[in-house]
Amino acid sequence: MGMIKVTIDGIEIEVEEGTTILNAARQVGGKIVPPAMCYYSSLKGSGGKCRTCLVRVAAGSTKDPRPMPKLVASCSTPVMDGMIVENTSNQEVLDARKSIVEMLLINHPLDCPVCDQAGECSLQDLGYEHGLAKTRYEFKRRTFENTDIGEHVKLHMNRCILCYRCVYTADQISEGRCHGVIGRGDHAEISTYLEKSIDNDFSGNVIDVCPVGALTDRTFRFKSRVWFTNPMNISRKCENPKCCGKAVAWMSENNILRITARKDENNEVKEFICNTCRFEKKEITDWTVEGPRHIERNSVISQNHYELKPKHNFKVLENTAKQ
Amino acid sequence: MAHTYDTRTTEVTAKIPFPQEILDKVEEITKRYPAGKQKSALLPVLHIAQKHNDGWLSIPVMDYVASLLKITSIEVYEVATFYTMYNLKPVGKYVLEVCRTGPCCTRGAEQMIEYIEKKTNCKVGENSADGLFTIKAVECLGACGYAPMLQLGDSFVEHLTEEKVDSLISELRNK
Amino acid sequence: MSKKLLLEHINVPNILGYEAYRSKGGYTSVEKALKTMSPDAVVEEVKKSGLRGRGGAGFPTGMKWSFLAKPEGVPRYLVCNADESEPGTFKDRYLMEKIPHLLVEGMIVSSFALGANTSYIYIRGEYMWIVAILEKAIAEAKANGFLGKNILGSGYDLELYVQTGGGAYICGEETALLESLEGKRGNPRIKPPFPAVKGLWQCPTVVNNVETIAATPWIVNNTGDEYTKIGIGRSTGTKLISACGNINRPGVYEIDLGLPVDEFLNSDEYCGGIANGKKFKAVVPGGSSVPILPAELFYKTANGEARLMSYESLSDGGFATGSMLGSGGFIVYDEDQCIVRNTWNFTRFYNHESCGQCSPCREGTGWMLKVLHKLEHGLGSMEDIDLLWDIQRRIEGNTICPLGDAAAWPVAAAIRHFREEFEWHVKNPKECLTRNYGLKKSTLEMSFN
Repeated sequence: MGMIKVTIDGIEIEVEEGTTILNAARQVGGKIVPPAMCYYSSLKGSGGKCRTCLVRVAAGSTKDPRPMPKLVASCSTPVMDGMIVENTSNQEVLDARKSIVEMLLINHPLDCPVCDQAGECSLQDLGYEHGLAKTRYEFKRRTFENTDIGEHVKLHMNRCILCYRCVYTADQISEGRCHGVIGRGDHAEISTYLEKSIDNDFSGNVIDVCPVGALTDRTFRFKSRVWFTNPMNISRKCENPKCCGKAVAWMSENNILRITARKDENNEVKEFICNTCRFEKKEITDWTVEGPRHIERNSVISQNHYELKPKHNFKVLENTAKQ
Repeated sequence: MAHTYDTRTTEVTAKIPFPQEILDKVEEITKRYPAGKQKSALLPVLHIAQKHNDGWLSIPVMDYVASLLKITSIEVYEVATFYTMYNLKPVGKYVLEVCRTGPCCTRGAEQMIEYIEKKTNCKVGENSADGLFTIKAVECLGACGYAPMLQLGDSFVEHLTEEKVDSLISELRNK
Repeated sequence: MSKKLLLEHINVPNILGYEAYRSKGGYTSVEKALKTMSPDAVVEEVKKSGLRGRGGAGFPTGMKWSFLAKPEGVPRYLVCNADESEPGTFKDRYLMEKIPHLLVEGMIVSSFALGANTSYIYIRGEYMWIVAILEKAIAEAKANGFLGKNILGSGYDLELYVQTGGGAYICGEETALLESLEGKRGNPRIKPPFPAVKGLWQCPTVVNNVETIAATPWIVNNTGDEYTKIGIGRSTGTKLISACGNINRPGVYEIDLGLPVDEFLNSDEYCGGIANGKKFKAVVPGGSSVPILPAELFYKTANGEARLMSYESLSDGGFATGSMLGSGGFIVYDEDQCIVRNTWNFTRFYNHESCGQCSPCREGTGWMLKVLHKLEHGLGSMEDIDLLWDIQRRIEGNTICPLGDAAAWPVAAAIRHFREEFEWHVKNPKECLTRNYGLKKSTLEMSFN
């Protein structure tokens, strides 16, 4: 693979051929990274749907420097050599993003006060950054009946933004997908159609990939606000060969309230965990504690999190504390 | 609003397994695609299944179609709920699908829908009490120049007038 | 009098059958192409003809064909888009019903040009009786050696199948159509990759409209140069226009591109003028998604020339004073028709047909529908008109596929040209419930879905 040059918001970088605009921006990091609500780098085929990552291509390539006529989804548009991309430096892009956020919120219940995702919700973050303080939508919000999809995962369809991540997860990470998107248009919903339960070794991962509070952990339901917990990196030797055994314990005192897979700086899980690790190993003695998990300062979760050396006699492994 | 299928209120019809001639037809259709791409047969096969199953697709029928095409049940539910021609609830013996889109409305489609509701004593989206009719108001069927119109089974009835509706309905009643 | 390249023989007795069709010179293009031409030579003729996609976008067909990737050992496919669902459009249906062998012949010639050995005609499921007509024509063509193995001893093999859809306007979008043909939900794909590189089952694929395919036999028989002699400028050849609404003679007409719009609307050869002695109010000239034009903007272009039925002339002036030829779905409104109600109706259509994949279309179409519902019921305010304008602006250009634009344009054009009618609804809340400028309104409850 050859290396090619692309300029994003005035910053020139070299990336591998075939890299998407979004992933090129992620290599730089910071403000120039477009937000992504549906793209998930470890899920093949994801992306393109939510439209929050739209950017302006001001020049297609050195060979053909014409601008692209419409804004493009940065998550699914590969860069070309000499491409010039405008994200936050372009008013039209910011305006479009504001439009998308407004669209995503008009039918959202805005029930953050009772939503377990609050504090770690991508839609909340997006709303803070690009949303309006006041809604222009005066109609009754769309509602769905709550349906039961099993003992571990709670589905709140009203909160769903139809990113399809959980569908790709069921297809690619777990075996035997039994839920999907049913219906179409603004009545499309995530469902098993038959009130079946989603049950297989890796089904719990749909919780981690969900950008909003549509799929949450029933074992953590209403236990604590996430920012009152202490996240710790933990690991164990898992018997399941497909499970990486590396996780995060969200703790209160010495109790594990919830276990999730580890997310990277882009808020994505690269290595998935099995349901046994997630739902059944809730004793701290089941795990090796690696140390406190690094939390971005701008996250609400950081408000209760000082990243001090643990007082307890936990085994701290060097270099892993940052991940 | 939920698309969850409720077996408590619905009498399930499931004429499965299919008779040999339908199985042969399914087999013939799947051969139109390369090996391993038999899922492509899903839409045509669902049409056949629906026709065979009194005009609608019950869960057992969809599960059966999934097994015929060697795909999962959810793949069938996803498709059957996406397309408007598949009925997921029992329907009357005759399904009258009347176009409600703009061009037909310039020539009185809305008045025609009202008239059909009155004549069949059945509201849009419902089945008549005698089980004879289902009335659906549907989007453009590609007969704008012959408006107003309705679809009945595999054919169109066009240039609708009240007289034409009268004779159609009495003909269906006496069939 | 326009030439008839497509519909010349539709009134020949038994033209649905092979014998009659063959006796009128049917399938000669297959003989000519397979015996005397290379596939590239056929592509070249189509390029020269200037033929443009007749489904609505008007993209040059020959250029689309030349984009088709040809990797070794990978099959290529031609898929005919017969999912005609754009409100106001019923021309493909007419062609398939009246002269099915022309489409079959076009599919053979075009498949040969593209090197496809299996081709599909994807037809909307509601046209079920046409499926039978086409399958009979295909069987006859096969029985006479024009399909199957080693056609006419040329060594070229082709199988042609008809595939039925299940009821979804969105499947007229080419990548949604391919998803549907793969037995999936009709969700448009994220592009790139384009179908020419990764289409049906990830193989290179061309998707063409029925009328486009049906034009190719004439081009092969008579050369691309001859085709360019019909029409005007970059709008070459003939076009099927399906005319409907408040006119005397609704129906499908084949016109030379470049016919004056005045002649098309008012002469007895075509629409025959407005029905019932009413006044002409507005027209949607290319299917429901193109901008509506008020009567006063219809006859003349921006610089005062007589407007013509061509891609360029109909879009002259941009959306400010022009529209589009689109699919050729020509919907005429008389003075009694209510533009607000019509816009509400079209918006309900697009909301109903949105696949729900991307947020601006999924949420925006529903929002527009609700605002329009208010306005049409006399419950709206002047601010609602501005809000509606703003919502459509936020959908346009931001969606995965053109359905977002298709939903936004009719709303934008209605406000642009008929703002006073929206305001009338705000100012006359009681009156607008019972009449459409004089016409008795239906009392049918207007629900959101």
